Amino acid sequence: MWFGSFGGQFVPETLMEPLRELEKAYNELKNDDEFREALDYYLRHWAGRPTPLYYARRLSEKIGGARIYLKREDLLHGGAHKTNNAIGQALLAKFMGKSRLIAETGAGQHGVATAMAGALLGMSVDVYMGAKDVERQSMNVFRMKLLGARVIPVESGSRTLKDAINEALRDWVASFEHSHYLIGSVVGPHPYPIIVRDFQSVIGREARDQILEAEGTLPDAIMACVGGGSNAMGIFYPFVNDDVRLIGVEAGGKGLHTGLHAASLNAGERGVFHGMLSYFLQNEEGQIVPAHSVSAGLDYPGVGPEHAHLKEEGRAEYVTVTDDEALKAFHELSRTEGILPALESAHAVAYAMKLAREMERDEIIIVNLSGRGDKDLGIVMKVSGDV
Amino acid sequence: MFESGSIIPYITAGDPSVRATLGFLEAVAEYSGAIELGVPFSDPMADGRTIQASHERALRGGFKLEELFPLVKAFRRNYDTPIILMTYYNPVYRTGVKEFLGSAKASGVDGILVVDLPVSHAGELLETAREEGIKTVFLAAPNTPDERLKEICRASTGFVYLISLYGTTGAREEIPKTAFQLLRRARRLCTRKLAVGFGVSRREHVKRLLQSGADGVVVGSALIRLIEEHGKRAAPLLREKVRELSGL
Repeated sequence: MWFGSFGGQFVPETLMEPLRELEKAYNELKNDDEFREALDYYLRHWAGRPTPLYYARRLSEKIGGARIYLKREDLLHGGAHKTNNAIGQALLAKFMGKSRLIAETGAGQHGVATAMAGALLGMSVDVYMGAKDVERQSMNVFRMKLLGARVIPVESGSRTLKDAINEALRDWVASFEHSHYLIGSVVGPHPYPIIVRDFQSVIGREARDQILEAEGTLPDAIMACVGGGSNAMGIFYPFVNDDVRLIGVEAGGKGLHTGLHAASLNAGERGVFHGMLSYFLQNEEGQIVPAHSVSAGLDYPGVGPEHAHLKEEGRAEYVTVTDDEALKAFHELSRTEGILPALESAHAVAYAMKLAREMERDEIIIVNLSGRGDKDLGIVMKVSGDV
Repeated sequence: MFESGSIIPYITAGDPSVRATLGFLEAVAEYSGAIELGVPFSDPMADGRTIQASHERALRGGFKLEELFPLVKAFRRNYDTPIILMTYYNPVYRTGVKEFLGSAKASGVDGILVVDLPVSHAGELLETAREEGIKTVFLAAPNTPDERLKEICRASTGFVYLISLYGTTGAREEIPKTAFQLLRRARRLCTRKLAVGFGVSRREHVKRLLQSGADGVVVGSALIRLIEEHGKRAAPLLREKVRELSGL
């Protein structure tokens, strides 16, 4: 339940039993052959795993430092790593006998992944989405509806992701008997941070085998963007006991000094919110303050408790990349490698480009390219203008 | 902590202003066994629409945590009705449990209920509350198993707050069966005072709950709706509503 001093189950009493049931079911099913075979089948044949580990030769040579590899989660069904967790948890819910899935979504990627999984398994799906996000991510709203999900705009609070999570929790308190709350990141009360990390760890397991095959050695550094932190946790976890630098890249927004960012680990404080003890953006009175990032998927004022622990232990480093740097990396990767990264993933690419320059040519970096950028074209067009 | 047969009104501090809140507390005191004073939070995830909106109004109106304890102190000048703070954990955690409960005690607060702090995580709070002489109140839900219910009972030195239903706070038409089932179970397993809340809005609800063994009944959203409608002029209406609910 705890990662060092972080994590826990800080929820209203009504949710304690559903969490206990979920933990019990998960612990039984994770070693159940039938469950594992079903999950493996869908990951391969429906979602397209394994995803490639691609050596970005032109980008690496242009920078003239470390060799940069990209773990291509952007090629996963749905266009982002979110599908790994959505299908895993949806299947778990199905095995538990639940008929309905509840999800929160910020940019819409997790909502889309849940809608896809729900359609696949014949479960009804209700997705809570901040009203502000509904307005700025209309294509993903339409995608969810096409997949048969209901999208419920949330008008309370800052009308963004954190409010969508609040509303999903309110729903679940009343509906847990037949509904599963499918959390999209390594956040929330125990056992969610463990469940989501485990379902995302397929990224790191594959990357480990793939880099050993390609280079005969483990990488020197791995980096991934961190909002709630699920893609980072997924690629970090299988390397935690290796001599590999793990670097999480938070959204620096307009710069940490402006207060407009989403860097909970770099500029937040310890707190208790959304069921967990972790780092949060908050004021001196403990009120949660809204995050900012050009990338909607990183726009969350907290971070998963296991990241807080890895930071405190000194096992992982957490850095920031601004909106502008991420956008530059977006354009750079598009033009040198022919890959449009999600703006979230562009944060990790931006830091990799910075770090590679300071490294030797025989050193290796793996970047988790967690999603594709098609969903961000509207934002990029607005910010960068006609290219 | 309160006489059996009591109404326990819930009022959010600072909605629409701290000054108005003082007036509301004074208006309902006469007919209240105790008062739950809500600490506004940016993300009240256990609350339904009415109380969410109340928290938002308080924070938009500029409510600061430093105003909370002077408010209780001002109320204490003329009233000895027990005050129980109902709060989410983060404001307490950020302030520091020791400092928060110390200030609470000094201002005349009698008890504390932390909505998102289950009894299994409440070690520091329980110890500090005992040292400071503040009563603790924990929630029990219809799906709380017997063993946990006993643990909650032991930790609740003020009273046990029984959640009547599966869901968030907010006025409902009927009190569901789950409330009466939980009440019976809690009576059997626990000798503490028992208050029932969530969904209560009418005298007939109160009557049935009291007849079924509740010592107190918490009413929140039904009162907050009056504040939503009438703002700072809600005091006499709140008084009348609590009087009517109390059957006096």
